[in-house]
Amino acid sequence: MSLTIDDVRHVANLARLALDADQLERLRDQLGRILEYAEQVSEVATDDVPPTSHPYPLRNVWRADEPRPSLDPDAARATGPAIEDGRFRVPRIIEEDA
Amino acid sequence: MGQASDSGAVGHDAASDSGAVGHDAASDSGHPAASEGDTLVTAGVARLLAMLDAGDVSAEDVVTAHLSRIAEYDGDVNAFLTVLADQALDHARDIDRRRVRGEPLGALAGVPVAVKDVLCTRGEATTCGSRILEGHRPPYDATVVTRLRDADAVMLGKTNCDEFAMGSSTENSAYAVTRNPWDLGRVPGGSSGGSSAAVAAHFAPLAIGTDTGGSIRQPAALCGVVGMKPTYGRVSRYGLIAFASSLDQAGPFGRGVADTAYAYAAISGHDPMDSTSIPEPVPDVREGLDSGVDRLRVGVVVEALGGGVETGVAARVREAAELLGKLGAKIVEVSLPHAKYGIAAYYLIAPSEASSNLARYDGVRYGLRVDGDTAEQMMAATRSTGFGDEVIRRIMIGTYALSAGYYDAYYVSAQRVRTLIIRDYREAFADCDVVLSPTSPSTAFAVGAKADDPLAMYLNDVFTVPASLAGLPALSLPAGLDERGLPVGVQLVAPLLGEAVLFQAANALEAEVGFDPVPRGGNAVHPPDTAHANA
Repeated sequence: MSLTIDDVRHVANLARLALDADQLERLRDQLGRILEYAEQVSEVATDDVPPTSHPYPLRNVWRADEPRPSLDPDAARATGPAIEDGRFRVPRIIEEDA
Repeated sequence: MGQASDSGAVGHDAASDSGAVGHDAASDSGHPAASEGDTLVTAGVARLLAMLDAGDVSAEDVVTAHLSRIAEYDGDVNAFLTVLADQALDHARDIDRRRVRGEPLGALAGVPVAVKDVLCTRGEATTCGSRILEGHRPPYDATVVTRLRDADAVMLGKTNCDEFAMGSSTENSAYAVTRNPWDLGRVPGGSSGGSSAAVAAHFAPLAIGTDTGGSIRQPAALCGVVGMKPTYGRVSRYGLIAFASSLDQAGPFGRGVADTAYAYAAISGHDPMDSTSIPEPVPDVREGLDSGVDRLRVGVVVEALGGGVETGVAARVREAAELLGKLGAKIVEVSLPHAKYGIAAYYLIAPSEASSNLARYDGVRYGLRVDGDTAEQMMAATRSTGFGDEVIRRIMIGTYALSAGYYDAYYVSAQRVRTLIIRDYREAFADCDVVLSPTSPSTAFAVGAKADDPLAMYLNDVFTVPASLAGLPALSLPAGLDERGLPVGVQLVAPLLGEAVLFQAANALEAEVGFDPVPRGGNAVHPPDTAHANA
């Protein structure tokens, strides 16, 4: 399994990770070896074997649709690093002229 | 982290408080040098409960003895990230007051417990061993923590772990490297290495860890303690900070099978807050503990004693099978032909789920933020700064495996292998009641020995991952020492919801092995007085 630096940079961008050149090079090598090992799964994973996503069969888990107390909103927000007027403060997302 | 200062708050004076220990308890030790505090830190859960119930000792005595040992020796081990000394003493005194007044008490009233730092504790630091959650104080308790509190188990603190539970050595914590109490130059295993080390070092009789691919069982094996992963869904994941949601399961550690069963009984059972929680009653596993194995069939995995297993490990596993045979169990050979693909499947499925679960650390809702000009730059800067190497590696593997063009080849193929492994176990359990194998191919390795080779580190999980993929309950118990004097663990695996037979077989084997859980050897943590260790 050989990956290019551009492959690794693309995946890092998808994962919202800002990696420097050394990290990209090291990950290119490590991911290549790990994925090469992982490709063993294709030796036995034929189409007639159904995939398993969860090991214990539970379906359609419902609860009663009744109002009940929930977490206090201020307590829930308090875990964020930047809170203003009861909201999460973030850098501008939408351009002014958009 | 406040480890040094928090645990430093427990002064040496605390040790003298245990002078309140009743005379009977101390004289039971029959050893003139046995201090009363040492008696309390070596006692098992049943004995602690009996002493507390009889009024021979107070919960405050028990908690003080453990906090005192933590203050004295955790600087050598680094099992704890946070020691909650004041809260623990307050809880203990409250238990003592309620006992005097004759008010109802929980099933573990006064028994100390250490909790892995991936389980949310309301208002108390919960970091997952990661910089990205430095200073994070959750607004709620995990269900496991709530149940421990309801049982009046006294939480001593939060234990170190590999960052987001990703690792097999506890070297991936952003805060500290936990040391193996049997040899302080070696790793305790991981990812729940702080919990296993805390129990092995006699800092707590019980601890809670989490297991995604072996993160309870492997550190239990390397530290010479019992560690148990329940059936997937048996213990609520509410408040367990997610790594790989289809695999994560919390479970107990103890220095013996019976102790571990007490903790399992306290934390298991259906929870409406977790939609994957199994809505079935939980049989009391303590009832059948002494039923023996003479009507059980034990399957020895034929593939598990071949190449790649240390000779000392293979020898102890063979002896364990012989001991079970001697006790009357029928020993059969079973085959798990697809288990050898388990690591490959696991290291696609778990990182894929992790890459999705860890998307929530975006610099907005939790912990760390590193500023950037745009929202995307802020997120990328935050994540790259806050996550360590192994977490970044797994997010990258998972993101790649789930990306367009590769999803079927990697993720779906891995899920098909998961089906094959489930079928292997189903066939094996047609011929046996529990499956026996090594827990880990090696005993504890030196700190740093595998830190630069991720694939070599992943192969530590070769015997634990198959049961995780199949959702099966599994338990590791000590089976003796290798030629270097390091603990060897053997793993028992049972069918879905088969916890009772798992504990039953483990308890019989434990009695026959006669393992002494006090760490010893030239580089071990300072031992408590051992005169009373197995009482």
